[in-house]
Amino acid sequence: MSATGIGAPVRRKEDFRFITGKGQYTDDINRPGQTHAAFLRSPHAHATIKKLDISQAQQAEGVIAVLTGDDLAKDGIGGLICGWMIHSKDGSPMKAGSHPALAQGKVRYVGDHIAVVIAETLSQARDAVEKIHVDYELLKPVIDMAHATDSGSPVIHDVSPNNQVYDWHLGDKGATESAFAKAKHVTRLDIVNNRLIPNAMEPRAAIGDYDSGQDAFTLYTTSQNPHVARLVLSAFIGIAPEHKLRVIAPDVGGGFGSKIFIYAEETVCVWAAKKVGRPVKWTGDRTEAFLADAHGRDHITHAEMAMDDKGHILGLRVKTKANLGAYLSTFSSCVPTYLYAPLLSGQYNIPAIYVEVEGLYTNTAPVDAYRGAGRPEATFVIERMVEVAAREMGQDPAAFRRRNFIKSFPHQTPVIMAYDTGNYGASMDLALEMADYKNFGKRKRDSAKKGMLRGIGFSAYIEACGIAPSAAVGSLGAGVGLWESAEVRVNPVGTVEVLTGSHSHGQGHETTFAQLVSDRLGISIDQVAIVHGDTDKVQFGMGTYGSRSGAVGMSAISKALDKVVAKAKKVAAYALEASEGDIEFKDGRFSVAGTDRSLAFGEVALQAYIAHKFSGQELEPGLKEGAFYDPTNFTFPSGVHICELEIDPDTGVTRIDRWTAVDDFGNIINPMIVEGQVHGGIAQGVGQALLEGAHYDANGQLVTASYMDYCMPRADDLPSFDIGMTTTPCTTNPLGIKGCGEAGAIAAPPAVINAITDALGHEQIAMPASPQAVWRAAQKSLHKLAAE
Amino acid sequence: MISVSMTVNGKAVSAKIDPRTLLVQFLRENLLLTGTHVGCDTSQCGACVVHVDGKAIKSCTTLAATCDGASVVTIEGLAHDGALHPMQEAFRENHGLQCGFCTPGMIMSAIDIVNRKGHDLDEHTIREELEGNICRCTGYHNIVKSVAAGAHAMAPK
Repeated sequence: MSATGIGAPVRRKEDFRFITGKGQYTDDINRPGQTHAAFLRSPHAHATIKKLDISQAQQAEGVIAVLTGDDLAKDGIGGLICGWMIHSKDGSPMKAGSHPALAQGKVRYVGDHIAVVIAETLSQARDAVEKIHVDYELLKPVIDMAHATDSGSPVIHDVSPNNQVYDWHLGDKGATESAFAKAKHVTRLDIVNNRLIPNAMEPRAAIGDYDSGQDAFTLYTTSQNPHVARLVLSAFIGIAPEHKLRVIAPDVGGGFGSKIFIYAEETVCVWAAKKVGRPVKWTGDRTEAFLADAHGRDHITHAEMAMDDKGHILGLRVKTKANLGAYLSTFSSCVPTYLYAPLLSGQYNIPAIYVEVEGLYTNTAPVDAYRGAGRPEATFVIERMVEVAAREMGQDPAAFRRRNFIKSFPHQTPVIMAYDTGNYGASMDLALEMADYKNFGKRKRDSAKKGMLRGIGFSAYIEACGIAPSAAVGSLGAGVGLWESAEVRVNPVGTVEVLTGSHSHGQGHETTFAQLVSDRLGISIDQVAIVHGDTDKVQFGMGTYGSRSGAVGMSAISKALDKVVAKAKKVAAYALEASEGDIEFKDGRFSVAGTDRSLAFGEVALQAYIAHKFSGQELEPGLKEGAFYDPTNFTFPSGVHICELEIDPDTGVTRIDRWTAVDDFGNIINPMIVEGQVHGGIAQGVGQALLEGAHYDANGQLVTASYMDYCMPRADDLPSFDIGMTTTPCTTNPLGIKGCGEAGAIAAPPAVINAITDALGHEQIAMPASPQAVWRAAQKSLHKLAAE
Repeated sequence: MISVSMTVNGKAVSAKIDPRTLLVQFLRENLLLTGTHVGCDTSQCGACVVHVDGKAIKSCTTLAATCDGASVVTIEGLAHDGALHPMQEAFRENHGLQCGFCTPGMIMSAIDIVNRKGHDLDEHTIREELEGNICRCTGYHNIVKSVAAGAHAMAPK
């Protein structure tokens, strides 16, 4: 392993600009002549717009334009789209209501976009928004998804008279019923997966710019996937053809899924730039982020698991209601279906599974992918079920899991996925050892002496990453392919630029991708530049989400590097006057086998460009290669997390005492960065379990719309984490990488709740397990103890 | 419009501004010092922390007018002659940042913690003192390490 190659904990190349205040985020960019946009948002969850009077706002100081949904319609600008078609059990397509970027006659959630004011300054734009008069006719809102389909419920979209988007299923119903018929024990649980708000620290922002001389648009935006944004804005929304639309996603301050989607504000800014003939800038404030960024999770589930007398799992039956909010966001439809149900087999050999999912409209913000996207919801179901089953059957939860672990690979689950490799027992062994599980009983007794309730909880998670084989997702309804592209440009002096369709918004690609190049070409990482986030520089790409940048994005780079080395060998053969078959490439030097004749990588690059040693008929000059990599399977990172915590029954305060994470991510490029991803994921998962929860009141007002009301994890809410790794390299990509970005957020919630319920001695606690909720639950435990 | 004058990162600056201009707006829009960020509108996230007369404050809830005559230091003012401040170096060395958005505020707060609490900071103290800074990426694990290491590195040699 070289100092900067694969496996080295290289310090990040991108950090210098961030620690010196020189990062360039969208809001840091200002365009000459720029104007400022502010949106009028609906204060009501459900209403028709009887009259929209913009005349006073138009006359306000500094106002350049006030635009509404009518203006969008007049210009033929299409609505926002959902890019994944789901079919219901009966074969009918999902019921997607129209989603105009500015309301056309009706508003469907608090925060829905009604009009935009464009003014010389932001203050003027905001002041003028208050001068728009709207005459609303209030409609009864649908807030509680459990009752969304009740007869007599208000209709949110005419295309769906019962507010159901789809009624979907997966698995073998008959086989699952047979499994339950043979069961000696059945575990049943009602499970709520609480609604979350992603809260990347950088709010969304956009600058639309129109060049009338070129008749071309540029959109600067906070995107995880600028090419997908361009494709949707061009092909579906109809702003401009792709060759006339450039999307730049510069430094992006976190995404966690929420910056995948194509939103109203970005669409309006780029469209309005041409209408007003000047750049239009919008930067969301935090309240807007709470109201109108796509939310995450929000499932209600009933699950049943069948076991034989020894505790072998025979079957799993799951029925889930998924809240999709007021409109279908870009990838919302696939999150509670194909990113959820296929993960319900977990790490376990379960012969029969049947899953039913109802997607529902409510008068709340759209719900879409948030770190883990479907997989945390699945893991929460299976890991709660397994834990409770073990307790009910009087078995040790670790032993119960081990009994049911899949032990031979490849393994085909009954719900689509074919796991290529893994060693779940190895992760469990290491986790038990690191967590000092054998002495837990003593620690629990010590806590009890202090009047504290101590609990331990497991989560043996699996996720499907490396999203995804294009043909497979296409057959399941995806509107796009999910390959990745790369181009490797070698300069005549031997420095390298890598253009990638992946996008970095905290993941450290400028370092890890350079490490791959350094490793393969034998040059320093300082000789490598990673170029991303600009559709004029990178030809196409699918972006970063679903832990795909290592497994898919780097595999594309690897493939392009193979081509570069193959071409360079031809150049070296001419330059060294040897046959191509005799050229060897190692540690950055091309040499003729069995001789001392060799050239450094940079010297061969120069030969490729000066082209003095070969004719153009024999070999094309230059050294630049591109590749598209389409994965052949998902990757399956897995691991075991163990949470040990202490509850003060007098206050309900839960303190996490120790956190053990053992993950199998396959091969690792930079362990420092991988551990950082695990830390951040666990914090978000602990946030879901203990602190975070989006709450709408009965009228559809979001009462958790600021950091005073929505409890973000702070430093003093969390412990330091003990991280361990086991490794079974992925067998289906050239680098053996599985992906690590979402693992912590997937693993953590059930580990916390399993630990709390272990401490309490009963299962009645919901997320977030706030001190008040835990205190109430602890009182039940104390009463139970007293009665015994 | 009103006039304000202050020293920012050692340079005297003055401008005529709308009285409602916040210090963060003055820094970002008038002086183009965009390293100071805005992550919330309720003074909780700490992405906007700068030092005014040697103390950490949240520039998103401070009127620029109230800083008339003050000395302000932002993230851009920490490195001198190409040498990073020890706290900046500690964040890089300990992977105390991912997306980088909260980082300027974290570093400014961290230096303030050291100024108030000294160079030998335990984990509990660091975690409690970071109450006013939110990070969504790192889970704080490496930020805590960075602050401890930076605090040691700031000690007089």
